[in-house]
Amino acid sequence: MAASGPVQGSGNWFSALALGVSLLKCLLIPTYRSTDFEVHRNWLAITHSLPLSQWYYEATSEWTLDYPPFFAWFEYVLSHIAKYFDHEMLHVHNLNYFSTKTLLFQRFSVIFTDVLFVYAVHECCKCVGGRRASRELTEKPQFILSALLLWNFGLLVVDHIHFQYNGFLSGLMLLSITRLFQKRHMEGAFLFAALLHFKHIYLYVAPAYGAYLLRSYCFTANKPDGSVQWNSFSFIRVTSLGLIVFLVSALSLGPFLALNQLPQVFSRLFPFRRGLCHAYWAPNFWALYNAADKVLAIIGLKLKLLDPSKVPKASMTSGLIQQFEHAVLPSVTPLATLVCTLVAILPSVCCLWLKPQGPRGFLRCLILCALGSFMFGWHVHEKAILLAILPMSLLSVEKAGDASIFLILTTTGHYSLFPLLFTAPELPIKILLMLLFTTYSISSLMTLFRKEKPLFNWMETFYLLGLVPLEVCCEFVFPFTSWRLEYPFTPLLLTSVYCAVGITYAWCRLYVSMLTSPPAGKTKKQ
Amino acid sequence: MERWCGMAVVVLLALSVRWAVSLHPYSGAGKPPLFGDYEAQRHWQEVTLNLPIRQWYFNSSDNDLQYWGLDYPPLTAYHSLLCAYVAERINPAWVALHTSRGHESPAHKLFMRATVFLADLVIYIPAVVLYCCCLKETSTKKKCVSSQAASALCILLYPGLILIDHGHFQYNAVSLGFALWGVLGVSSDRDLLGSLAFCLALNYKQMELYHSLPFFCFLLGKCFQKGLKGKGLGLLVKLACTVAASFTVCWLPFSTEREQALQVLRRLFPVDRGLFEDKVANVWCSLSVFVKMKDLLPRDTQILVSFCVTFLSLLPVCTKLTLHPSPQGFRFALVACALSFFLFSFQVHEKSILLVALPVCLVLHEIPFMATWFLLVSTFSLLPLLLRDGLLMPWAATAVAFCTASTTCFPLWAEASEEEALRLGPFCKAARRCVPQRRLVLLPCMLRGLFLASVTVMVLLTLMTVTLDPPRKLPDLFSVLVCFVSCLNFLFFLVYFNIIIIWDSKNGRTQKKVN
Repeated sequence: MAASGPVQGSGNWFSALALGVSLLKCLLIPTYRSTDFEVHRNWLAITHSLPLSQWYYEATSEWTLDYPPFFAWFEYVLSHIAKYFDHEMLHVHNLNYFSTKTLLFQRFSVIFTDVLFVYAVHECCKCVGGRRASRELTEKPQFILSALLLWNFGLLVVDHIHFQYNGFLSGLMLLSITRLFQKRHMEGAFLFAALLHFKHIYLYVAPAYGAYLLRSYCFTANKPDGSVQWNSFSFIRVTSLGLIVFLVSALSLGPFLALNQLPQVFSRLFPFRRGLCHAYWAPNFWALYNAADKVLAIIGLKLKLLDPSKVPKASMTSGLIQQFEHAVLPSVTPLATLVCTLVAILPSVCCLWLKPQGPRGFLRCLILCALGSFMFGWHVHEKAILLAILPMSLLSVEKAGDASIFLILTTTGHYSLFPLLFTAPELPIKILLMLLFTTYSISSLMTLFRKEKPLFNWMETFYLLGLVPLEVCCEFVFPFTSWRLEYPFTPLLLTSVYCAVGITYAWCRLYVSMLTSPPAGKTKKQ
Repeated sequence: MERWCGMAVVVLLALSVRWAVSLHPYSGAGKPPLFGDYEAQRHWQEVTLNLPIRQWYFNSSDNDLQYWGLDYPPLTAYHSLLCAYVAERINPAWVALHTSRGHESPAHKLFMRATVFLADLVIYIPAVVLYCCCLKETSTKKKCVSSQAASALCILLYPGLILIDHGHFQYNAVSLGFALWGVLGVSSDRDLLGSLAFCLALNYKQMELYHSLPFFCFLLGKCFQKGLKGKGLGLLVKLACTVAASFTVCWLPFSTEREQALQVLRRLFPVDRGLFEDKVANVWCSLSVFVKMKDLLPRDTQILVSFCVTFLSLLPVCTKLTLHPSPQGFRFALVACALSFFLFSFQVHEKSILLVALPVCLVLHEIPFMATWFLLVSTFSLLPLLLRDGLLMPWAATAVAFCTASTTCFPLWAEASEEEALRLGPFCKAARRCVPQRRLVLLPCMLRGLFLASVTVMVLLTLMTVTLDPPRKLPDLFSVLVCFVSCLNFLFFLVYFNIIIIWDSKNGRTQKKVN
């Protein structure tokens, strides 16, 4: 037989992967959807039926428009397709409106906009090194990377079950990273500026972009020891960068500036009235902090060191976004979290400045920024972990050490998304998809790095295996015990604390790897 | 290690797809008074739990046989009973006698879906995985891991079974799984275990009779090979005992009285339900477009005619298999026989095409092009049924997914250009003696042309069925067209499979001579 077997499936494996996951997304259409579904329907209605000047003032629904203007325009464009499906969904007063056509339209809008993500992944694969010439297709870094990105469990769950539009936004981010890898800095900067005006959560990684573009693009030369050569500053480059960012921002915010609505827009974008933690604690530093506070409070009460009347009764994970007073440890203010976040991010940005390691160093810094803000940010959602997981996939296929960090980060990060889907019919699908992704990522990366030392030490193995009994306890045993009524939030608390440990660990390891790695200049000279 | 990881990923993917499909509606959801197969299965649980065994198959005030009466063999009934016990533990209202009729609730749907999922996971999937692990590599290149996992992926993603079991709602995975265990046992010389598994399949669904002749002929052929005077006779006796024993055990509660057993048999073979049911892609239904056989001939003649035609179409394949039994020939014979039964026998359901699809899945790695084509046609023939159930989306998604998987895993198109790869080599050699050379050279080209034509027609018909309203005078126009087109395809496949089976051993012999 001529060209035979799955080995030589020339280039169509990528389209097969992409098509396959899109079809799986189509199968997930009737699954549970969260209130975000109604949020986006409401935004469709707002942008479609109201003039621009009303967009950020409209408050009929509690789900007001709180994304930047580009996203509002995106909804506006969608709404003009939506009217051919079901015009009823475009009325602002039709709160909680639902019809089969609405469902189909909204689900398909996510599936189709993911085309951008697929394209970005396709571009990404060109950047990863194919040094290891492997004959087996399934052992090529490109294949593994595209599978890891396209079939990412977090995206599937958050976008296609829970309902959000992270796919094409992540696509924009990956694309902009890829452009920086390809030395097309202006394009990269443009894409990132646009992305910021789609969803402002990406502000968290902006320091990495700023530092990298300034250091490696605006300064055109380095001194022999790798430090910055101040007189090589290119004024044209910095002006053109500034111009691009300015133009994009003007396009997005300009109309609202003209309407004199800028303060209103910003007050919608940055609501500080919400609590430190989301209803379910994202697995970050504050989860550990809160848990420590609880434990100390209980110990204090047992030892009679605390006055029971002074201990606040509110339980943080009971389902409402509420202000929470710590019993023992000092309460945390938004300013404190901001300072903590900056402190957490600063070393990585400095490192990027002092010893530039090319685009890979930038990517590492970007992930550290995302993780740093996830660890210490104010009112962080558990979904924000995707911001770190997706770019981390790029690093994972190149170095064994990064692969190990990636696996710990994704496995715990993905597991921490489980509480998003709490309905019974979705229980099997989330477990199956999680197992599918985890089995694939671990086995493929182990195969890729089989010549190097094992990816996990005994402690990490033990920790990751511990997720299994945790899941069994939280979702199969606990609901049948009598504690279910007394302490309904225990599974959530356990989940977030357990995952917080893993994510903190991965964050620390990544930090160490960035700070200790030699500058790129030295390795290149060899 | 790597091999098992690959398999595990494939199985997990297959399971995810199955559960995702099961979130869609089932047959007869919210359609009183008769509902659909879902209600039938629930009703059987109700009946088997609340009535004594002696009344299961009899009409009574508590058991209205007109309303989804039990019409499958005892093993199905026992399975229903088992599910009913669990259901009763969870919520007795689901299986309460009389009052539970037509019960529908999200929790109950979840429970029912879980039972199908579990049956699939326990019986069918392990058999497929084991079958793929036993596959010998056809080419000399070392690429075992991926090609075994690839075969498993394609077999497990076959849309027909997923859609009927997890969408429409039935337990075909149980009977097909047992049949597959039977094939595995018989092909690996564990004949007794194999025949035991097949007896279980037969006692789960009587439709497994479609597979029974190849099993019988293959085992008989093996006995002949060993010599009917020595070891062969011993094997034959052992096989007979196994079959008799397994049947006795399954039928024990019904074998006490003659009337019981007869009633069960009457329920299993309802001759009065007519030549074919609904719209089926078989010959009789397609002929009825032109000639209304159902009304023209008396019922007895219909039975006789269908029996004779089926028998004649089976004869060459079965003779061949008995004389030259080989595991490979056995798999092809399974395809041909099941297809003959489907096309010509009496009282065929559209879902019975799954019985043909299973053995086709087993030869997928040998003739990927033809097998994929057949499996696509078989999925297409289920369109009218699934459309009624509101399963258009999963139907389309799984069909495209299967197509993608098999084109990625196997070099379909390259393969379709070679006579040898299509197993038509010996036939062409034989035919060249009679027909001018030039025309036969074009055979692979013709096949590819036919494939394209067939796919185009299927796509067009699908689009028409979905988007257009049929003319008022002919409300069933599209479903009849679908059946007709599928039937033509199936007839073509019947000819193809018969050709490769009959010309096969010459191929084997010549190859041996060459070697």
